[in-house]
Amino acid sequence: MSLVVPSWQVETRNKTSAPFGLAAVATVLLAFAVPLLVSRGVVQDLFFILTMLVLAQNWNLLAGYAGLISVGQQAFVGFGAYAMFACVILFGADPLVAVLIAGVLSMLLAIPTAFFTFRLQGPYFAIGTWVIAEVVRLLLAQWKALGGGTGTSLPREATRDMIGVGLMRDLFGMKASAAGDALTYWIALILMVLTVGFVYGLLRSKQGLGLAAVRDNEQAARAVGVNARRMKAFVYLAASFITGIAGALIYVQKARISPDAAFSVTDWTAYVIFIVVIGGIGTVEGPIVGVILFFFLQNLLAGYGSWYLLMLGLIGILVMLFAPRGLWGLFSDRTGIQLFPVRRLLRGGSLNRAHKGVPHG
Amino acid sequence: MTILRLEEVSKKFGALTVAEQISFAVGEGEALGIIGPNGAGKSTLFNLITGNIAPDSGTIHFSGADVTRVAPMVRCLSGMGRTFQIPQPFEQLTVFENLLVAGSFGAGRQESEVSDRCAEILVDTGLIDKANVLAGGLTLLQRKRLELARALATEPKLLLLDEIAGGLTEGECRSLVATIRAIHAKGVAVIWIEHVLHALNSVVERLLVLHFGRVIGIGTPDEIMASREVREIYLGIEV
Repeated sequence: MSLVVPSWQVETRNKTSAPFGLAAVATVLLAFAVPLLVSRGVVQDLFFILTMLVLAQNWNLLAGYAGLISVGQQAFVGFGAYAMFACVILFGADPLVAVLIAGVLSMLLAIPTAFFTFRLQGPYFAIGTWVIAEVVRLLLAQWKALGGGTGTSLPREATRDMIGVGLMRDLFGMKASAAGDALTYWIALILMVLTVGFVYGLLRSKQGLGLAAVRDNEQAARAVGVNARRMKAFVYLAASFITGIAGALIYVQKARISPDAAFSVTDWTAYVIFIVVIGGIGTVEGPIVGVILFFFLQNLLAGYGSWYLLMLGLIGILVMLFAPRGLWGLFSDRTGIQLFPVRRLLRGGSLNRAHKGVPHG
Repeated sequence: MTILRLEEVSKKFGALTVAEQISFAVGEGEALGIIGPNGAGKSTLFNLITGNIAPDSGTIHFSGADVTRVAPMVRCLSGMGRTFQIPQPFEQLTVFENLLVAGSFGAGRQESEVSDRCAEILVDTGLIDKANVLAGGLTLLQRKRLELARALATEPKLLLLDEIAGGLTEGECRSLVATIRAIHAKGVAVIWIEHVLHALNSVVERLLVLHFGRVIGIGTPDEIMASREVREIYLGIEV
């Protein structure tokens, strides 16, 4: 029989996937050992990088994959942080338990928020999210038990007696403060790995494909049977849950809160957008590249006062003009390397012969 | 058995009547062509059928159920596939991924179950060489083919085609007609809006003529072409 029956395969992996996977596992394992090897200052820097990366992955999921360009994610950072403070100060909860509760409460806050903002499109959605963040900030600034407009601190004993701190003191002979830093660092690391895993898993799933369709053309997505509204609502709720947890965790480590800091649009949204945009929006790798670059820029330019923000803005504009898909996008286009590939490439049949090395779009 | 039935469907945009008391039915596996001058309300009629526009009055039944107030997504899931007159591809996705979305969501299946079918549709519609190319990089012609391919991937019982033969060369038009005939031969009902009459007439069993939102004639292509009113309005021939 000379009849050739075309058989099709769908591929997402590429040649860099396997070595990268191994390297990623090794890096994460090494990262777990870091608090035992380096000084407290380095651990705190890494904590900052990890938490910013979690926020950036969430913003990227919203803007880069669901087309929900929010400039009000500080609402969930601040609300999560305040929810954690409330649980600890008013109800005597353990800070780490309070972090989880804060995530759940942030997600609950997202329900009424979505009710209003989902009626708005494009730039109106962006402005709507910002307005809501301001409303939440002004409301929480009225809460006298948590310090009102001036803010408050976590009780010393709350962080000192946190779950696990005693164990680490006995095990590694750490001081309570160092043990607290190490503990928050480890949780941030776990949160980062889970977030990246969740985002990547979502993008690889059928739902991720539907999400990309909604982002590209909502009307057409509905016409082929995608439930656009439910898809966006799911992403919005998931992002607010993780953002709330990240916000609470950041403030367990800071141990001091004020409405202006916790709801800072610069710290929790502008920097995060900068990270995603310079790294590469719409890729899992982009925020990772972006956060590392951001960290070094911040340290490099820390001494220049307001010039620092001007420089960040200038770099952001240059990247948008000359590398609209970010630095990772630029690198990936040149080399074809993708560490988290999501493209479904069709192989087999006549394609094997005619098109062997199709670029990754 | 009718698959689609419209009863006295009317729609106004302000003072402009775009659909006036439209009633007609399409049988299972039937092919109906819709013609009419520009601005006659053909695309509006499609949007009323697919649910992108809600009618002011009248009812629409699809597959035995009243879908007058049902969302476009649900109509797709119950077997209505459509193309857009102005192609609306998912530009950041590849051509194959465009079909995967339609296949997995529109037909309510897993990606792995529909990938072979999607690949075969790409072969049938002549897009297989572009399978791994971003849809945003396609030419207009390829985008129109993608519209058809994507609608097919949803496994429709009724396929709504909105001017997909416009601007094609004679050869391309013939291959498109062959593709649509093959789809129709598998028992899929087709409603096709088209200006290219000879392409339309080689596929459809009946023609419906729209003029200023009213149905002014429905019948076999020969009957319609013989009608004096249609010739005057649509073909612009003074009789």
